[in-house]
Amino acid sequence: MALNKELTAAAAIAQLRSGMTLGIGGWGPRRKPMALVREILRSDLKDLTVVSYGGPDVGMLCAAGKVKKLIFPFVTLDAIPLEPYYRKAREGGSIEVMELDEGMFEWGLRAAGMRMSFLPTRIGLATDVLAKNPQIKTITSPYDDGEVYVAMPALKLDAALLHVNECDRLGNTLVRGADTFFDHLFARAAGRCYVSTEVLHDKLALDAETAKLNPYERYLVAGVVHAPCGAHPTYFGPNYGWDMEHLKRYNTSATEDNGWQKYLDEFVAGGEAEYLTKMGGAERVGKLKLPVF
Amino acid sequence: MTQTTEITLAELMIVAASEAWRDNGEVLASGITTIPRLGASLAKLTHSPELLMTDSEAFLVSEPVPVGPRGDYKPKYEGYMSFDRVFECVWGGKRHAMIGPTQIDRWGQTNLSAVGDYAKPKSAVLGVRGLPGNSINHINSLFVPNHGPRVFVAGEVDMVSGVGYNPKRWGEGMKQDFLDLRLIVTDLCVLDFGGPQHAIRVKSLHPGVSFEQVQAATGFPLLQAEGMGETTLPTAEQLAIIGRLDPHNLRGAILKNNPPARKAA
Repeated sequence: MALNKELTAAAAIAQLRSGMTLGIGGWGPRRKPMALVREILRSDLKDLTVVSYGGPDVGMLCAAGKVKKLIFPFVTLDAIPLEPYYRKAREGGSIEVMELDEGMFEWGLRAAGMRMSFLPTRIGLATDVLAKNPQIKTITSPYDDGEVYVAMPALKLDAALLHVNECDRLGNTLVRGADTFFDHLFARAAGRCYVSTEVLHDKLALDAETAKLNPYERYLVAGVVHAPCGAHPTYFGPNYGWDMEHLKRYNTSATEDNGWQKYLDEFVAGGEAEYLTKMGGAERVGKLKLPVF
Repeated sequence: MTQTTEITLAELMIVAASEAWRDNGEVLASGITTIPRLGASLAKLTHSPELLMTDSEAFLVSEPVPVGPRGDYKPKYEGYMSFDRVFECVWGGKRHAMIGPTQIDRWGQTNLSAVGDYAKPKSAVLGVRGLPGNSINHINSLFVPNHGPRVFVAGEVDMVSGVGYNPKRWGEGMKQDFLDLRLIVTDLCVLDFGGPQHAIRVKSLHPGVSFEQVQAATGFPLLQAEGMGETTLPTAEQLAIIGRLDPHNLRGAILKNNPPARKAA
């Protein structure tokens, strides 16, 4: 195969640099590329600008001191509404923030993917989103209506990290979850996109129905990483649900002395194979019940 | 009287919430968290079958999905509504959401972001989420399970996430036409925005609650709506439907000690 984009997680993360703007796909505690996030935790990367519909990805990167600036509409673990390490970082004033409406955030990614400097929207007007982000300007319609809009600036990403159900070595991907969220826009907004996958094929050969599950083109994908259970502890439909037991353990660690370091030592430091073993292996993860909303 | 004592305040609030969606037409009804969702579900199953609802994940359903573990229940899908599509629905204005913000001010501005100094907040909450977009695009109602001056603040909310009727926030050329705040359902009363310049009024008081009690629990002056009365108690039919929609009684865990509909004197 001439095009083989397979990398190890460590090799993928080694292509990133401190100070980069990094988009992370998924939504809250759903379909997060956690194996890649854990690899960042094991790396020397720092001063990252993280762009995310935030879940434990944001919390862990904040806890590890990797985040200089956070661009986000929310950070939550859903069933545990308040993300403990995001709160610590935010309340300690240790991170810069650009807090955006969910739709403005989407618009920023879309603008970047379209190579536009901004896209207009009404959203953000009359709120403190503009007051707290004076770099975001308004623009007046050049047409007769003369309406004033927010000129939502492009959220250009140096790299994006995404997790998928299946992909091949060429970078063709399949997402089988009920909702694909905005991963395709992260892929388009990014200079380089790294995809971790539950199943890695040499070459996908699909029927038409299955091909519809392909969310974005392979030319957007710079590297693919085989990472079974790589979204754990987040919800990854239809393969496995979120791991509430583990998320509770993670949440509790934030209340303990030296809790984050203990979490890192116990779960992250030993590498991904050891992590998965500690989670009961693919067998247990595969049986985690899908959440009911 | 026995029936009154058996009815819970949560059930009263579900029925009050359902009224928000009456005569809205064919819009997506999004009740976020248990009581608003049961309110929207009750509306669809009684007075407003035209409402659209989702399974709270990604699919439109023709029948509201019961809350909590579903057992053998299979959602009755009628379409698709991913988050991407929800945003498009929001921007087109075809939605009425009811959410519970951390703070609300006299202009109906809401905060779900941070309490205290923004640079170093006393409490970081969720983030502005979809509030700026929802509030400027479609109908919204609010839900408050703990009516008090920490929610209904004296000045502006600490971080204006959802827009309201504060003229100082609206510059020339900004289109305010789609801002449409309807009801605030609290554990003490139902409020609306029917006063002069959309001032907040008490529309009805829950049984056993006085206007003075509501005013004392609110950080800004309230008006009394013409004909301010008592919030209507659920009917037996409504209670039966609520029971089917919430077979595990999740509604009983929302308000502290699950009080009865009539406040004890």
